[in-house]
Amino acid sequence: MITGAQAMVECLKCEGVTTVFGYPGATIAPFYDALFASSIRHVLVRQEQNAGHAASGYARISGKPGVCIATSGPGATNLITGIATAYMDSIPLICITGQVRSDQLGRDVFQEADITGATESFIKHSYLVKDTKDLPRVFKEAFHIASTGRPGPVLIDIPIDVQLGEIPDFSYPEKVDIVGYKPSVAGNARQIQRAADLIQTAKRPVFCAGGGVFAAEGYRMVRKLCEQCHMPVVSTMMGIGVLPSDHPLYLGMIGTHGVKAANRALREADLLILAGARVGDRAMATPDQIAERAHIIHIDVDPAEIGKNMPAEIPIVGDVENVLGRLMEVLSFETDEGWVKQCASLKARDCSFPSREGYVNPKAFLRKLSAAMDPDCILVADVGQNQIWCANYFTIRQGRFLTSGGMGTMGYSIPAAIGAKLARPDLQVCAVCGDGSFQMSLNELATINQSGAHVKMVVMRNGRLGMVRELQDKLYGGRHSATKLDGSPDFMLLAKAYGIPSLSIREDGQVEEAIGTMLSTDGPFLLQCIVHPDEPSL
Amino acid sequence: MKHTLSVLVENHAGVLSKVSGLFTRRGFNIDSLAVGETEDPSISRMTIVVHGDDAVVEQVEKQLNKIIPVIKVKAYKEGEYLSRQLSLIKVAAPPSKRAELMKIAELMNARILDVSPTSMTFEFTDTLERTEVMEDLLRPFGIREIVRTGTIAIEKGAAVTRSKKASQD
Repeated sequence: MITGAQAMVECLKCEGVTTVFGYPGATIAPFYDALFASSIRHVLVRQEQNAGHAASGYARISGKPGVCIATSGPGATNLITGIATAYMDSIPLICITGQVRSDQLGRDVFQEADITGATESFIKHSYLVKDTKDLPRVFKEAFHIASTGRPGPVLIDIPIDVQLGEIPDFSYPEKVDIVGYKPSVAGNARQIQRAADLIQTAKRPVFCAGGGVFAAEGYRMVRKLCEQCHMPVVSTMMGIGVLPSDHPLYLGMIGTHGVKAANRALREADLLILAGARVGDRAMATPDQIAERAHIIHIDVDPAEIGKNMPAEIPIVGDVENVLGRLMEVLSFETDEGWVKQCASLKARDCSFPSREGYVNPKAFLRKLSAAMDPDCILVADVGQNQIWCANYFTIRQGRFLTSGGMGTMGYSIPAAIGAKLARPDLQVCAVCGDGSFQMSLNELATINQSGAHVKMVVMRNGRLGMVRELQDKLYGGRHSATKLDGSPDFMLLAKAYGIPSLSIREDGQVEEAIGTMLSTDGPFLLQCIVHPDEPSL
Repeated sequence: MKHTLSVLVENHAGVLSKVSGLFTRRGFNIDSLAVGETEDPSISRMTIVVHGDDAVVEQVEKQLNKIIPVIKVKAYKEGEYLSRQLSLIKVAAPPSKRAELMKIAELMNARILDVSPTSMTFEFTDTLERTEVMEDLLRPFGIREIVRTGTIAIEKGAAVTRSKKASQD
C-alpha cells in the first residue's frame, strides 16, 4: 500500500528520471514529501517558468523527457510560458502540477486555476487525474506521448486528494495502448523510392534541416546522406548544429535573419529536401515562391506539418533518421560539382568585424568564444539580437546550439543552460543573452549556486532592447518607444552578491583574455560585454 | 465548399473542448458540430461540417488526428453519404392559417408537434438543403423560433466508419 504521491515518485523512477526541476506549494506538498525521501534530485528554481525552460534544456541534451513541477494556481500559470516554449520547439516535457481537492474543483478556491484548460492550445496532451489508481497508467502514457512521434510537453494535473489517496498494489504498466495515438515512424517505401527518383534528376539540390533532426539522432543521418551525395545543406534556427558550422557543405541558417549563402541556395535550388522543418515564417517568408521554383520533398514525423505552410510534391511521414536511412539504401546520387562550388563560394569565409572604441563587437566576440570553447560545448542563445549573433557567428563543431526558436521566449538561455549542464556536467555550457533577456531570468543565479550547475554566462549589454529598437528604426520612424533599458543594475555587483565571479569588457582587445579567464575559472562565471546600441543584428 | 467529417473520439470529459478549441485557434470555419455516443459507449462520434478548400480540409483532418483522444477521422465524399439534421420550428399560426400550414407539413413530410391558438411547432428531419427549403416555405407565415441540431451523417451502403478498437470486439 503506497500513497498517490509515493506512486508518482515511483513512476518517475520507473521512467529512469534522476533529475527534476520545480517549485513547491501547498497542493503539491504530498508529492514533495514523497520526493524528499527518494533518490531523485530536485532542482529548486526561482520561478516556475524557469523550471519549464530548465527541463527543456535537460531534455534536449539528455534525449529524455524533462520533468518540471509546480503547484496549483499561480505556480501552474507561471509554468505556461515554459510549456508553450517547449511545444513550439517540440521538446518532450512532463509537467506535473498540483491541483486543489477534486471535490472543490470549479469553486474558485484558493490557488485554483484550470491549467489543463489554459494550456490546451499549446500542449501535446494533458491529464486531470481524478482517481489515485489511474496514476501509473497516466504517467506511463504521458512519458510515451511526450517522447514519441513529434515530441512535446504533456501536463499531468493532480488534485491533492489524489496524491493523498492510496494504491493497494502499485505496479507500473509495461505497455501503453492508446487507441488514438499511433505515430508512424517508418516512411512509406513507395514515397521514399519516388523521392530517390526525383533526387536523381536534380541539378541544384539543397537539403534543409529543421529542429526535428535532433529528435531520434536524425542529424547523424543528414550528415551521412549529404556527405555521400555531396549535397549542400542549410538549416533553420532550430536545425543549427546539424552539420558543423564550418563543414564545407553547410551554408548556414536560412530566413529573414539568416545568411546570404543559405538564402541564395534556397532561392536557386531546383530541389529542396526539407527534414524536420515546419516552414515557419521566420525561416521561409514566401514558401509558395520556393515551391514554384523547386521540387519539394518534405519529411516530417508529424503529417500535419507537411503541406501546412508549403505544398509538398513528395510528402514522407516518418522519423527523419528512419526515412533518410532507407533513402540512402535506394539512392546513388552525386550532386553536380559546379552547383556545390557555386554554393560554397557564397559562404562568407572572412567577414570583417569593424571595431568601435569603447565597445565589444559581439560578432567577433562570438567567433572567438567558439574558437576557445571545447568542440563539443553547448551554446544556449537567448532571444533578441544576441540570438541572431549566436546563430550566425558562433561556430558549432560537435556540440549543440539551443535556443527558443519558435516561441522566441526571452529569458530562456540561463535556465535552459542550467538544465543542459545538469544533463551533461562534463560538457562546457555557455548561455549568451542580452541585458534585456538576462533581466528576465537573473533570479536563476541562485539556482546556479544551489544546484552547482556551473554554467558560463555572457551578457551582451547595449542598454537597449536591441531587436525591437531595430524594428522601430526600420518601421516606426526611429521612435524608440520603451526600448531603452535605463535603470538596469551593475551586473558585476549583482554577480558578486550571488558570489559568482565576473568580468566586464568594453574593447575588442580584451576579448581573448576575458574568454580565457571565464573558461578557466572553476564554476559559474558572468562575462559582460559592452556593445554599441547601433550594432546591427545582421 | 462544405465538407462533412465523421470523427470518432474517446468518450471522455474535455474532448469536445479540445476539438472545438482546435477550430478556433487554427481559424477553421465550422458550420455545425453534433456529438453523440456510438454503438460502443466508450466512443463518441462527432459529425463536423466545415467549409473551406481541399487544403483547409486536409489540415483539419490532420490536426484533428493529432488530438490524442481522437481515434479516427473520415472526410465523407460528396454523394457517398447520407446526412440529416433535425429542426424544431415554431411558426405564427392563427386558426385561419392552420390548414395551409398542415398542407406544407404533409408535402414536406414534417410532423406537427404542438399547436396553440396562435402558433404551430413542426419537427422536420432532412438534409441541410431540404431544411432550408422548409424554412423558406414557412417564412411568409412568420417564423417565431428555430432550433436546429448539427448535421449527422452516415455512409451509404455497407461501409462503416468504426475505430479499430470497436472492430476488434
